[in-house]
Amino acid sequence: METLTILIPVSLFLGGLGLVAFIWALRTRQYEDPEGDARRILRKDWDDKPAP
Amino acid sequence: MSTAEATPLSACPACVALPATEALAEARRRAAEAGIVLSVPGLGDAQDMTRAEEAARALPGVGRARVNLTQKRLSVTATPEVTAERLIGALAAQGIEAHELDPALLTSTENELRGRDLLMRLGVAGFSMMNIMLLSVAVWSGAEAATRDLFHWLSAMIALPTLAFAGQPFFASAYASLKARRLGMDVPISLALILSSAISLFETIKGGEHAYFDAAVSLCFFLLIGRYLDFRSRAAARSAAEELAALEVPRAIRLEDGAERLVPIAEIAAGDLVLVRPGGRMPVDGEVTAGQSELDRSLLTGETLPVRAVAGTLVSAGEVNLTGPLTVRVTAAGRDSSLHRMADLVAVAESTRNRYMSLADRVARRYSPSVHILALASFIGWMIHSGGDVRLAVNVAAAVLIITCPCALALAVPSVVTAASGKLFRKGLLIKDGTALERLAEVDAIVFDKTGTLTLGTPDLVPGAQRAGDLAVARALASGSSHPLSRALAAGDGPRAEVTEIAERPGYGVEGRFQGQAVRLGRADWVGAVGGEETSAWLQVGNEPPVEFRFADRLRPGAAELVAALKAEGIPVKLLSGDSAGPVARLASELGIADWKAGVLPAEKAAEVEALRAEGRRVLMVGDGLNDTVALAAAHVSISPASALDAARVASDIVLLGRDLAPISDALRIARVARRRIKQNFGLSLAYNAVAVPVALVGLATPLIAAVAMSTSSLTVTLNALRLR
Repeated sequence: METLTILIPVSLFLGGLGLVAFIWALRTRQYEDPEGDARRILRKDWDDKPAP
Repeated sequence: MSTAEATPLSACPACVALPATEALAEARRRAAEAGIVLSVPGLGDAQDMTRAEEAARALPGVGRARVNLTQKRLSVTATPEVTAERLIGALAAQGIEAHELDPALLTSTENELRGRDLLMRLGVAGFSMMNIMLLSVAVWSGAEAATRDLFHWLSAMIALPTLAFAGQPFFASAYASLKARRLGMDVPISLALILSSAISLFETIKGGEHAYFDAAVSLCFFLLIGRYLDFRSRAAARSAAEELAALEVPRAIRLEDGAERLVPIAEIAAGDLVLVRPGGRMPVDGEVTAGQSELDRSLLTGETLPVRAVAGTLVSAGEVNLTGPLTVRVTAAGRDSSLHRMADLVAVAESTRNRYMSLADRVARRYSPSVHILALASFIGWMIHSGGDVRLAVNVAAAVLIITCPCALALAVPSVVTAASGKLFRKGLLIKDGTALERLAEVDAIVFDKTGTLTLGTPDLVPGAQRAGDLAVARALASGSSHPLSRALAAGDGPRAEVTEIAERPGYGVEGRFQGQAVRLGRADWVGAVGGEETSAWLQVGNEPPVEFRFADRLRPGAAELVAALKAEGIPVKLLSGDSAGPVARLASELGIADWKAGVLPAEKAAEVEALRAEGRRVLMVGDGLNDTVALAAAHVSISPASALDAARVASDIVLLGRDLAPISDALRIARVARRRIKQNFGLSLAYNAVAVPVALVGLATPLIAAVAMSTSSLTVTLNALRLR
């Protein structure tokens, strides 16, 4: 049972990390053009400074 | 379109985190983005994207060009000498169709913020739901006494703040509808959320067995998904409307003491002098004071034959000036112009359509009161049955509210509409109205306009009995003019005669010298011939009798296939045109449309549509001109091509972005499938309720059953929507 006192906070922390990552992605406008971004990544031309 | 692009990341990475800098970056980003925005409906894949961006970047002065493939937009930042016209030209050279959009009108900022806000709440609710569900597994699998209490308390600590934050959209809208003394869908939702978390908190404090935190949070999560999808399709419709308003950037050349100045149409007042160049569209109503030309009125009346314009001719906004520059004294501009006067008629016609009630509304209207009654009945029933055990009765009532909560119901429509409108957008159809898809599914009669709808509105030479020599002379003469008929002639392959001294006589035609003789190409009366009602140009060589060159409008690609497909489905097709009988009959026989009428006035078009409606038909009207506007608004559902006049695009529900008409038959099919899916979804969620509600009513609904019933019904509904092909 004592493991719970460690495991529950750890799992909550990890989940919270995911939530923060999601909010970060949202605020940096990474959901603006999902279709275009999905295709851009497969382009052949080398782009060493991809415009975000 | 990112904050990072405007903020020099490399210079000061930490700055991004500072709110003040963020605001600055936002302002800078807006300023940079107020460059040129183009709508590029034809872009399909990564190659197109690269081609479009490279074509734009190849122009000198262009700084940044970025395609947003989701919105099919190209935003370009450039020095002032790069105009939208040059960009459109550069893209056209690559075979990419583009229209200018007015960036000032694309006020999607507020929308974006609301969408991001909903998405944020959705993310928070999803995170809490996952955690609470995991904690609940322990309770479900039989945790007891202190352990169960611990897990309940943990769940409460996650659930209560989450519900307070993520449930706000529902609480706000429920409060608004209660204030207006109505019972919307959000009232039972809010009641369920509040009641279930309150009773769960009470049970947790008392060390009770059942707590519904998991159900309450997952309820909130699924409902937020529905809300977000709904918001997205609404926002897409709204931005489609904005995009169309922005499509035409209205400007006019005002003459100020002889100097020409390009000004926005809003600054033009009655009495101003406006110069309209050949090829330009009349921005205002007015009277010609100087110049000679011909006017193409096809967008307003449907007639393909150009009309002569001399000093004193009255012109209306929307007509296209063909040959010579015209100076027009403005009699009415902007809201007062004839284009906008049509709006009254449209408003009247539209009011009948606004009474349409969507499937979702019809279901919600019956569903929402019955949820309250059911919960109240179970509360009273259990109070009597248990002899006044309030705790038990409230528990059961909360379970009933959670189970009946229109979770799947709230997902049933938005998920299908999102899937379907995404499909249609990829085929080049913009849905402007939320219920348009449903109405499209009911269509059982179609009315077409001719000029600009079934045809492209650009003439093509009809092969005739002209001699090769005459044709060569005509081609040579035609190459000296920008009149649409001349351009059609000059575009043809073949030899060109040696014609010298070519000069255009605005309003009449072109003349020149060929082998010592005067040659003229132009209007019938100019060369001494009698014109018919067909579109034609006449050629006179020396004193020989004039030769006629006939022109016919070219069919829009996909028109023949569309009409054939509709006939195969047994949907009656009708052609109503303002043009004269000859061309209309020719087109009707070419397409195999038996039911046609020529010379129809705008009000008559609307009357024809009304007559069909009175017969019990649900009419789809496809048109592009001002003369179609009233009919478009009167029809059950309407489609107009992107080339249509803005008044027509505003009046119609769906706009076709490409040139091809074929997507319309796809649209009909997809709309019907979507409607079927919506009905199936309602059936599915009602079936779940039919099973789960009795269980809840007899007081057997444990939190586990509530959570399972809710998640499975929501998932089935969503998966069913995604099945749409």
